[in-house]
Amino acid sequence: MKNNQFLSFFEEYKSQIEKNSNAILNSFRDEAFRAFSRLGFSSKDADYYRFIDLPTLFNADYGVNVNCLQPTFNPYQKFHCDVPGINSWLYYVVNDIFVDPLTSDLPEGVIICGLKQAAERCPELLKQYYGKSVKMENDGVLAFNMSFAQDGFFMYIPEGVVVEKPIQLVNILTGNRPLLATTHNVIILEKGAKANLVVCDHSLDKHVDLLANRITEVFVAEGVEYDHYKVESTTPSTKNISTLLMNQAEKSSVVTNIITLHNGITRNNIEVNLCGEDAKTTLSGMFIGGENQYSDNATSISHYAPRCTSKELFKYILEDNSKGNFLGRIHVAEGALKTEAYQTNRNICLTKNARMYTKPQLEIYNDDVKCSHGATVGQLDDNAMFYMRSRGIPEKEARLLLMSAFATDVLDNIRIESLKDRIRLLVDKRLRGNGSHCEGCVICK
Amino acid sequence: MLEIRDLHAEINGKEILKGVNLTINKGEVHALMGPNGAGKSTLSSVLTGHPAYKVTKGTIFFNGKDLLQLTPEERASEGVFLSFQYPVEIPGVSMVNFMRTAINEQRKYRGEVPLSASDFLRLMREKKEFVEMDSKLTNRSVNEGFSGGEKKRNEIFQMAMLEPKLSILDETDSGLDIDALRIVASGVNKLKTKENASIVITHYQRLLDYIVPDYVHILFNGKIVKTGTKELALELEEKGYDWIKKELVIE
Repeated sequence: MKNNQFLSFFEEYKSQIEKNSNAILNSFRDEAFRAFSRLGFSSKDADYYRFIDLPTLFNADYGVNVNCLQPTFNPYQKFHCDVPGINSWLYYVVNDIFVDPLTSDLPEGVIICGLKQAAERCPELLKQYYGKSVKMENDGVLAFNMSFAQDGFFMYIPEGVVVEKPIQLVNILTGNRPLLATTHNVIILEKGAKANLVVCDHSLDKHVDLLANRITEVFVAEGVEYDHYKVESTTPSTKNISTLLMNQAEKSSVVTNIITLHNGITRNNIEVNLCGEDAKTTLSGMFIGGENQYSDNATSISHYAPRCTSKELFKYILEDNSKGNFLGRIHVAEGALKTEAYQTNRNICLTKNARMYTKPQLEIYNDDVKCSHGATVGQLDDNAMFYMRSRGIPEKEARLLLMSAFATDVLDNIRIESLKDRIRLLVDKRLRGNGSHCEGCVICK
Repeated sequence: MLEIRDLHAEINGKEILKGVNLTINKGEVHALMGPNGAGKSTLSSVLTGHPAYKVTKGTIFFNGKDLLQLTPEERASEGVFLSFQYPVEIPGVSMVNFMRTAINEQRKYRGEVPLSASDFLRLMREKKEFVEMDSKLTNRSVNEGFSGGEKKRNEIFQMAMLEPKLSILDETDSGLDIDALRIVASGVNKLKTKENASIVITHYQRLLDYIVPDYVHILFNGKIVKTGTKELALELEEKGYDWIKKELVIE
């Protein structure tokens, strides 16, 4: 659908959307819709979506599940993740619907449910946080999300609660005709809480246009330790626009890792706001692209408070006709003294047709900072190749070793051992070109 | 074992080797000396199949096989080993993974079953002691952050692990202090058998006090211009390369 078709679509179906949602989400719709009408599929910053043609992405004749129909299958019965040792609390969102597992043995006070359910179970919390960090007046994609979103994943970890076992959210896109799924996730960790979330993005259908527009808002309070991993293993016909808004209070420590192994077109908008003093964030990511895959990570880390540290590392390995884009913004506000911000983006283009675009962008508004950035695009090291071959390692194997080595430091930022081992295996398999999917559950088998 | 006949080779269109002839039998140690730019390192690169060098004429046979038809990895698996003058750092590839891959790929080439993990680790431990190499080094990435001496010792360690038939030591002595030199040389000597052979490339006679050659060759301007026994190295040390140049002019 084109912009104006979405506009009339929204006006026509607004009452149905609202009927199948709740007052808290609905309270944003009019404003969001006005912003979308004004912006369309673009950002206020003309460069922001420079390498991705959003209007074309949205242009297919997508169906929208305005009536919030439940999926025709129960994912908890049909799939189960058996990545060795992951032992997680597992939740599914199928297209745009959170599917309730019905059973739960979560630690006391922890709430994990759908956004619609959250509006009933803990309306005050949802009201306090939903949409709070979304700057929809700047970005049509976000405004679109807030106009149409009816459901999503909700997670609340109360003060001081430590959840050791990973929490896993599996997003499944499926449809026998083109489908647009809009979801909005809200994650809240109160003071001193600790948790890990593993998000797996999958698609079931290889030849149907499936488009996801997801926002995840994360609110991390004082002293929280939180790990956020996102692994995408979808299909060439999948278009995945994910916005992650990470908001950190003082002394919090967050690790985010965004890994794209197999996909169609992916755009990750990642915003980290270091709002409290002494907060730490590690943001890393990797893309292994082949064929016509495209992955685009637009990151923005803002230091608003003194003595915060950010370490950013993104790596791309591009083969065939794949393309990558990295936009790395670091903003150090006036008064954010003793800031440490380090950014690295390294890329390897293995074929002539592979393309990488990279743009570091640092805006520093005070003097007392340590900041660095580095971006490189290159090929595999010829000297290292010959050295390995001279020891009897065949060329193909030597290339694999070098590529796998290239990915190592991104994987080292994964703090769940079982997940790290699995991702390393997947990366090696992906690099070997035989199977790139996670093989953890029936989805990928 | 090795038969080099009228070997000509060039890099970027510039001819470096201009007709090298060299025969090496098993059990022998050959020293290759010569001034800078004579072609010593080019010869080692050509023997190991470096893709930047082009052989324009001549033949190299190794145990009856036409070496020039083989890829670098095939040559290694046939038993040719080069101790690099400048060993390469490979961040992110662990020494263990590197060595295990190398050994098992060579075994695969020769139709042998791969070493089990425990056999491999036992071998690694054994050879580490052999060249007096610190375990800290083998737990790191290949050559990453190694000092010059540690890199050279790592080359000898790899040689001990891979047990080549022909070892080419390309200026293994450069950048080594006297203690490191002794350890490296003793490693080389301990690895010497009646079945293998080595080519020791060096600028200085010093190394040859430790690794005693059967033959000394002088490479000059892309050709071997003089061959003798270890006394030739002493003579060279005393008289310098100008002596060779003068002699060539006279001839």
